[in-house]
Amino acid sequence: MKRFANFVWKELLHILRDYRTLLILFGMPVAQVLLFGFAITNEIRDAKIAILDFAKDNTTREISNKILSSGYFMLYENLQSPNDIEPAFRKGKIKEVIIFEPGFGANLERFGKANVQLVADASDPNFANMVIGYTTSIIADYQSELSKGKTLPASINPEIKMLYNPNLKSVFMFVPGLMSVILLLVSAMMTSISITKEKELGTMEVLLVSPLNPFQIIVGKVIPYLLLSLVNTATVLVMSKFVFRVPIVGSLPLLIAESTLFLITALSLGILISTISNNQQTAMMISLGALMLPTIILSGYIFPVENMPLILQWISNIIPARWYIRIVKGIMLKGVSFNYIWMETLILFGMTVFFIAVSIKKFKIRLE
Amino acid sequence: MNYAVTVNNISKSFGKTKAVESVSFNVEKGELFGFIGPDGAGKTTLFRMLTTLLLPESGEAVVDGFDIVKDFKKIRGSVGYMPGRFSLYQDLSVEENLKFFARVFGTTIEANYELIKDIYIFLEPFRKRRAGKLSGGMKQKLALCCALIHKPGVLFLDEPTTGVDPVSRNEFWEMLGKLKEGGITILVSTPYMDEASKCDRIALMQKGKILDIGFLNDIISKYEKPVYALRSGDMHKLILDLRAAENTDSVYSFGDYLHYTDSRGEAVEEDMKKILISKGHTDIVFKQINPGIEDCFMSLMNK
Amino acid sequence: MGENQIISVSDLTKKFGSFTAVDKISFDVRPGEIFGFLGANGAGKTTAMRMLCGLSLPTSGKATVAGFDVYRQTESIKKNIGYMSQKFSLYEDLTVKENIDFYGGVYGLSRERRKEKTEFLIDLLKIEEARNKLIKSLPLGWKQKLAFSIAIIHEPKIVFLDEPTGGVDPITRRQFWDMIYEAADRNVTVFVTTHYMDEAEYCSRVSMMVDGRIAALDKPEKLKEQFGVGTMHEVFVKLARPAA
Repeated sequence: MKRFANFVWKELLHILRDYRTLLILFGMPVAQVLLFGFAITNEIRDAKIAILDFAKDNTTREISNKILSSGYFMLYENLQSPNDIEPAFRKGKIKEVIIFEPGFGANLERFGKANVQLVADASDPNFANMVIGYTTSIIADYQSELSKGKTLPASINPEIKMLYNPNLKSVFMFVPGLMSVILLLVSAMMTSISITKEKELGTMEVLLVSPLNPFQIIVGKVIPYLLLSLVNTATVLVMSKFVFRVPIVGSLPLLIAESTLFLITALSLGILISTISNNQQTAMMISLGALMLPTIILSGYIFPVENMPLILQWISNIIPARWYIRIVKGIMLKGVSFNYIWMETLILFGMTVFFIAVSIKKFKIRLE
Repeated sequence: MNYAVTVNNISKSFGKTKAVESVSFNVEKGELFGFIGPDGAGKTTLFRMLTTLLLPESGEAVVDGFDIVKDFKKIRGSVGYMPGRFSLYQDLSVEENLKFFARVFGTTIEANYELIKDIYIFLEPFRKRRAGKLSGGMKQKLALCCALIHKPGVLFLDEPTTGVDPVSRNEFWEMLGKLKEGGITILVSTPYMDEASKCDRIALMQKGKILDIGFLNDIISKYEKPVYALRSGDMHKLILDLRAAENTDSVYSFGDYLHYTDSRGEAVEEDMKKILISKGHTDIVFKQINPGIEDCFMSLMNK
Repeated sequence: MGENQIISVSDLTKKFGSFTAVDKISFDVRPGEIFGFLGANGAGKTTAMRMLCGLSLPTSGKATVAGFDVYRQTESIKKNIGYMSQKFSLYEDLTVKENIDFYGGVYGLSRERRKEKTEFLIDLLKIEEARNKLIKSLPLGWKQKLAFSIAIIHEPKIVFLDEPTGGVDPITRRQFWDMIYEAADRNVTVFVTTHYMDEAEYCSRVSMMVDGRIAALDKPEKLKEQFGVGTMHEVFVKLARPAA
C-alpha cells in the first residue's frame, strides 16, 4: 500500500510541475462551466421580429405592444406587404413574422374571433419553437384578459407556419454546423498535428537546411488536407441530401465556393496553431480546447447565439464557424444569393488573411 | 578563400548555460574534420549554428563562402546535414526517402549515384522496406545517402555513429574516407575518442570550449609527461594501490592495462616495480607508451 | 544448468512471427561476476535482456534469474534485480532527492531506510548542491552515476545495465566503472552491455551475440588468445558480421 502511495505521489509531482497541463486541468473546467452555463438558456431575449399588420387598428396595436414590451421580443421592422416576408427572412435577422388579418379588431368585436398568422424561421427548429411558444402564450394571455367579463369568450387563432423546415427536423440545423466542425477538425487539427509531428521527429531540421523555403514546406503540408477536406464536404452534403433529405435550395457552386473559403480559414488556423506548439500533444490540446470547444458552443451550431449574454455574443463574432454556418444555412435552407451573404464572406476572407499573416510572421525559420 | 569553413569566436548560450564559448577554427577544403567530445560539449549546438539552424550570440562564421547569418538561405541550399537522430521519414521506404531528398535539392538519384554507390550497395536489398523497419546501422547509411544525394560541398554529420556497434562504426568511417576522395569537406562530431585517428584533423571539445585542435600527432606530442602502461595479476588491487601511492599523478583504467603518470617526471620504472612487488603484485608489466587521444583528453579536462 | 548460478539460461528463444530474434542461447552467470553482454545492433541483445528482466516472455527454452523462473515468477525477478539503461533512468522533472525517495519506495524500502540511503548517496556521489535540483539540470555524468546508485538502492543480487556509459566523458566513464567494481566487490552481479570495447576488458567474462546466437563466451584474455588478437575490439570485428 505504501508503495502504491509513493507512486501516486510521484505522479502528482509530474503533473504539478507541468504548467501547461495545469492550465488546462484547472482552466478548462472553469471556462467550460462559464461557457455552458451562460450559453445554454431556454429563454429568449430581444428576439428580432417583424410585423405585417393589415388591420392597423387599436387591437392589433395593443397586442403588438404587449408582445414587444414583454422583453422577449424586439421589433426589427414593420412590413408593408406579403412580398416583404421572404426577403425579410432571407436577410437573416428576424426570427418571426406576425401577420394580423385585415379588420382584425373589428372581427374580434363582431364575431368574437380573429386570425393571426405566425411565421417562424425554422432553420433552427428549437429556437423557432420557443419563439412561437412565447408569442402564442402572450396572445393567449391577451385573449383571456379580453374575455374577462364577457359572455362570449374572445378567440384569437394563431396559425403557425414554419418556414424552411416545415417538419422541424433538427437535422436541418445540424448539417451546416456539422460541416463546419468536421472541416475544422480535419483541416485545423490535422494540419497542426502534421506540422508539429515533423518538428518532434526531427525531420523538420533536415527540411529547413534545404532549398525549400518555409512557405513551400507549409503549403506542401496543407494541400493534401485541403483536398481531403473537399472530399469530406462532398460526403457530408451527399449524405445530408440523400439520407436525411435536407434540401439544398440555393446554388450548389456557391456553397462549394464558400466551403472552400472556410476550409482555407481552418487550414490557416491549423498552421497558426502549429507555430505556437512544439509537440503534437500541445497542438491537439489547443485545437480541441481553444478551437473546437468554443466553436461548438459559440458558433450557433447548437445553441442560438442570440440568447447568450452580450459578452459571449461579441466573442462569437470572432469565431469563424459562426459566419460559415450562417452562410451555409442561408444557401442550403433559404436559397439566398450572394447579395445576402457578401458581408459574412468578407469577414471570413479577412480572418483568413489575418491568420495567414500572423502565421508567416511567427513561423520559425530557425530552431529557437 | 581556401577554407571550406571559417569560424571566428562564436558563442551561444541558452539561459545561463554557455553551450558554445568563443570557438574559432578553420577547415580546409576536402578535409575530414572531427569534433571529439562527450554529451554536453557543445558539438550539436555548434553544428546547428553552422547549418544556420541557430543564430550565434556573438562571433561570425563562413561556410562554403557564405556568411551563416546574412546568407543563410544559400547555405541551406547547398550543404548536406545529418542531424543526431537519423532524421528520416519512418513510413517511407528507402527508395522513397532518397527520391524525396534528391528532388528537394532539385536533382535526381541518377545524377549523383557515383557518390552514394558504395554505400547504397548495403541498402539495395532493402530498397522497398520502410525506413522505420531498418536496423540502426542501415538507418545510418540511408541518412548518409540522403545527405549526400545532392553532392554538397560541405557535409555536416552530427554524431552519426552514436549508439552503433563497433563494426558498423568502422564501416561508416571507411565510407567517409572514400567520400573525402571525392573532394567533399566533411565535419563530423562524435563522442568516441578512438574515432579521432580516422580524421585528418580534430578538435577536442568539452563544456562548450575547444580544449585543443590540430593533427592528432601534434596534439599527442603536446602531452608533457611520459605515460606508462601497467598490468599485474590483480588489476583491481593494482589501481587501488596506485591511487593511494604518493607519487601518482594520474592513474586510469584502459582496458586490460592501466595508464599511469608520475609526478616526478623522470624515469620511475625501477622504483615503481619495486613498490608494486612489495605490495604483493605478481606478473608485473610496466612499460612506457605513447599517450593516446584519450590520455590527452583526460589530461586537458583536468587542466 | 548450475544450481547456484545467479543466472541460468538454457536454449532460450524468442520469435516475433517468423523472425527469430534470440535463437536457443545458453549460458550461466556466477554470483559476483561482471558479465559483459556484447553484440551488434539487431543481434538480439536487448531482446535477450528483456526476457531476463522479466519484461518479455520467451517463446521457448528455460531460464532462471536470482533463482526465479522467467515464465512464472517475473514479479519476483523484478523485485530482486536492479535495472538501468541509457535511454531511461531518472525522472527529469523531479529532483535528486525525489528520485531517490521514489525509487526507494518502489523497491520497498521503509521511510527511514530511504532517508538513510538519500543521505548516503548524496554524500557518496558528492552532489550535495544538487539535492533539490531537477534532474534535467544535471550534467550527464552525474545523472548516470546517480541512476546506477539508485538501481542498486535495494541491494539486489543482480543489476542489469543497458549501455550505461553512452556519450559520457572519459573520466566519468571510469568513475562509473569504479562504482561497478565496488558493487561487484559486495557480491552484486553485474550484467552489462556496452559499445565501448575497452569496457569489455573490465568484465570477468564476455559473451558476443551475433544474429540471435551466442558466438563466443569466455574471459577477455581467452577470447583474445582464441582469435589471435590483442584487443576486444578486434575480437568483436572478427565475430560480428554486418547485420541488416
